[in-house]
Amino acid sequence: MAQKARKPSAVEKKLVSVADVVIAAAQRRKDPTLAIPVRALSNVTFNARNGLIELGKRKQARSFFNVGMAKKFMQTVLVADALCELQRANLTTSLREIYYRTKHTIKNSHENTLDTQDESDPLIEDLEVTLAALREELHVRAENAGSVVGPLVLVDDGDRVDCARLGKGGYSVPSIVEPEYLQITRCTADFVLLVEKGTQWNRLSEDKFWRSHNCILLTGNGQPPRGVRRLARRLHEERQLPVYVLVDNDPWGYYIYSVIKQGSINLAFESQRMAIPKAKFIGLSSGDPESHGLPRNVGIKLNDKDIARARELLGYTWFQKKSWQEEIKRMLSSGLKYELDALANKDFQYLTKKYLPRKLKEKDWLD
Amino acid sequence: MGARQREISVSEFFTKNRHLLGFDNPRKALLTCVKEAVDNALDACEEAGILPDVLVKVEVVANGEAPLPPSQASRFRITVTDNGPGIIRQQIPPIFAKLLYGSKFHRLRMSRGQQGIGISAAGMYGQLTTGKPVQITSRTSARTPAHYFEVQIDTKKNEPLILEKKQIAWEFPRGTQVTMEVEGRYQKGRASVDEYIEETIIANPHVKLTYLTPEGETKEHPRTYHELPPAPREIKPHPYGIELGMLLKMLQDTKSHSVSGFLAADFSRVSPRLAEDICKAAGLSPRARPRDVHGQASETLYKTIQSTKIMAPPTNCLSPIGEKALLSGLYQQIKGDFYTAVSRPPAVYRGNPFVIEAGLAFGRGPEQAQESQEKKSIPLAEGEAEQNDHELARVIRYANRVPLLYQQAACAIYKGVLDTTWRNYGVSQSRGALPAGPMVIFVHMASVWVPFTSESKEAIADYDEIRKEITLALRECGRRLGAFLRRRERAAGEDRRRNIFELYIEEVVESCNRLKGGRLPTAKLKEQLQKMAMRRTGGEKTDEILGKNGSGPEGLPHSIIVTPEGVEGEVPALNGDAPGEAVPSNGGPEEEGKAGKPSRRTGKTSRRRRGKRETAGKPPRRAVRRKA
Repeated sequence: MAQKARKPSAVEKKLVSVADVVIAAAQRRKDPTLAIPVRALSNVTFNARNGLIELGKRKQARSFFNVGMAKKFMQTVLVADALCELQRANLTTSLREIYYRTKHTIKNSHENTLDTQDESDPLIEDLEVTLAALREELHVRAENAGSVVGPLVLVDDGDRVDCARLGKGGYSVPSIVEPEYLQITRCTADFVLLVEKGTQWNRLSEDKFWRSHNCILLTGNGQPPRGVRRLARRLHEERQLPVYVLVDNDPWGYYIYSVIKQGSINLAFESQRMAIPKAKFIGLSSGDPESHGLPRNVGIKLNDKDIARARELLGYTWFQKKSWQEEIKRMLSSGLKYELDALANKDFQYLTKKYLPRKLKEKDWLD
Repeated sequence: MGARQREISVSEFFTKNRHLLGFDNPRKALLTCVKEAVDNALDACEEAGILPDVLVKVEVVANGEAPLPPSQASRFRITVTDNGPGIIRQQIPPIFAKLLYGSKFHRLRMSRGQQGIGISAAGMYGQLTTGKPVQITSRTSARTPAHYFEVQIDTKKNEPLILEKKQIAWEFPRGTQVTMEVEGRYQKGRASVDEYIEETIIANPHVKLTYLTPEGETKEHPRTYHELPPAPREIKPHPYGIELGMLLKMLQDTKSHSVSGFLAADFSRVSPRLAEDICKAAGLSPRARPRDVHGQASETLYKTIQSTKIMAPPTNCLSPIGEKALLSGLYQQIKGDFYTAVSRPPAVYRGNPFVIEAGLAFGRGPEQAQESQEKKSIPLAEGEAEQNDHELARVIRYANRVPLLYQQAACAIYKGVLDTTWRNYGVSQSRGALPAGPMVIFVHMASVWVPFTSESKEAIADYDEIRKEITLALRECGRRLGAFLRRRERAAGEDRRRNIFELYIEEVVESCNRLKGGRLPTAKLKEQLQKMAMRRTGGEKTDEILGKNGSGPEGLPHSIIVTPEGVEGEVPALNGDAPGEAVPSNGGPEEEGKAGKPSRRTGKTSRRRRGKRETAGKPPRRAVRRKA
């Protein structure tokens, strides 16, 4: 480890500080304790001024000499050790690899340090928040789970990627899109369209919607991963492009939109650099089936879970706008949800040719 | 039509309805035959005040063909020999070849047999399936010759047919031997002959029983309790326990000349004064002749009796196993970590006194705990961790010391176990199911008249009074188990706490060292942390909480706790046979075991169906030491 006299990075120093906590406490005969901000609904607030969900000040103490926490504390130190190793070797890795790297049987026992990945994943998030280091800075990546096409030129690892010349498939968005790794060299689009579903993104891509409307098409296949959210944010911030979100008409779609707009509860500490408070909800709105003449039989009955989730959304502070309350209540009173795919009932290309052009023209969106 | 009407003899009735007596299938039939013979042997010995010494032999009968392995054979010869008082010559044929002939039906006294059906029914079953008679050898004392009989039952008349009778020379000075050949099936496991023998031993630790299995094995169960249970007394019926018809019959049969005399003489707990009071209240002259009380008058008398306050029946007619003997039986036969036994005070249902006894054996014994410890040294892969087997407790039921092996669900005992909220005592239990855990629950009902649901005596009827006593006994067992479990939990918790810190300190120190680039004085950090760990878990004080300084099972009467360090509580010693008993000459493999240490029938207890339990616990310590 002690090879060349390399200057430790800021993140590395932060990780080493975990060891310092233990050493300092031991010297003063105190219980080694880490203060970890609480990541739960109870500790987030919606800041109406900047339109972001922000993490509160509440912290939980994780101390070693506590039977309930001893193991977790030990695991946290182990994970910090593994992350530090990554820093020193300048590698990136996945959550699962961290799990395997830290798993071993504790000496003189039959006990494993970790039993499943479910134990190590939250520890990484804990460290992210505690050390105020982003996951990308910790060199941990998620899977590439998003695509982009449009008049956009990127430089990835020195390779020039022209997103207008990548056919229907587009460019697969890496999980780390920070400027050090990915540069935006050219962008002539007028707006960004973030689509929930890969299937509808394919439809738009195949129909070259981005060319006819001069936009960038992004998808995250469901809840968009950090890479996609961060890329949308960068396009919004650096190129001043408006972002429109196209999701299914169900509570989960609404929540995806809200995560893009205000940030999520679990990752509230990342709202600052991920959220796009000016993002607009373009569809599918609960009023659309009527205004676009979708027959009732392409709807799906809301199940108990959907209804419960919708009620929860109604309670969130960031859904308190009158238009949003009306939107959700309309869905609840109709008792139906609609998928984006249902538009194919009218015409295969209804989404590209009619629905979106009309929405954009009429500026029919929710904020 | 009328010409076809004719009398049906009891024997004919039971030939056709043999399932009523427990002969529904070959496997059960084999068990029932063994059971009836053993029950009779034990009853005879106890009544005569002899410590029973019984030999049970089940062998395969080849029947002219090549001998089959026991699991496939269909014909068996059962021989049961006892050291009882023997039977006088004239009584042998009716006892073994006449249904409803016996000494136990007409008296109110606790005994295994009740109706006088059992052994003759077994003989009849043998006769029916193999055509072979029952062979009996009996001798009443060393000075008299032994009598040998071969008898069959005349099913039409319900009378014995003597095929052979002679005097023979017999090796035993006293006792009875019965041999029957029956169709059956030998299969181990639940409700098998083997299980019956094992369970019998638990409830009858005063019995020495040798069992020769069809497979040629000799299983010897030495006597572990050297006192005969006190002989139960015979009592008169209690007025609350009779029905009107019974009263009418008694009025006819009595030897007394006045109603008040009849009441006082033929019932228990009715004094002459109370008898007169009853007569007055019923509007009868105390002097009236019992045979003159008919119709309305008798009914009034009956109702008056039922509404009069009468003392509960005497309970010296009962002979419960007793907490000590029961504990001894459980401890010797079942491997476990905790044993307890409870005898309830006598209670009464329908005028019949009864006693409920309950016992409990919990855990798998220290040997198995160590075994599972050793198994755990391999590192576990994901998803492989802790397979908690959710085995259910086993309920063993007894009525007058006889194990009940069938119809568990119909039995008041089983219902009592289900109704007990075991969760209160630290044992998990799903709705409407038996509690889960490595546990054997023992319940015994001793009564002058056990209310069975059928003639084959498989389940106890669900009387409220009985249920209540069962529940109370089980609750007491549960409370003691709960106390034990809590204590163990607390100890394990302390132990785990200390272990956790000790284990994790290593990991934390290593990680910190790597984080610091390998430039950390690890020994110093480790020492600092270890000191803190010691302080936080209380150091030596933990040993005290762990109970390592060997205090008895505090506050838990009639209990035994087995830990890897030893045994707490009064453990019955297992000496050689008491003097004055016939010592058998067969030197079975178990013989040496008796010499010094208590030999526990480890391999043969019914725990074999159980899976291994992974007990999070202490590393193996010393070998088992017992304060024998």
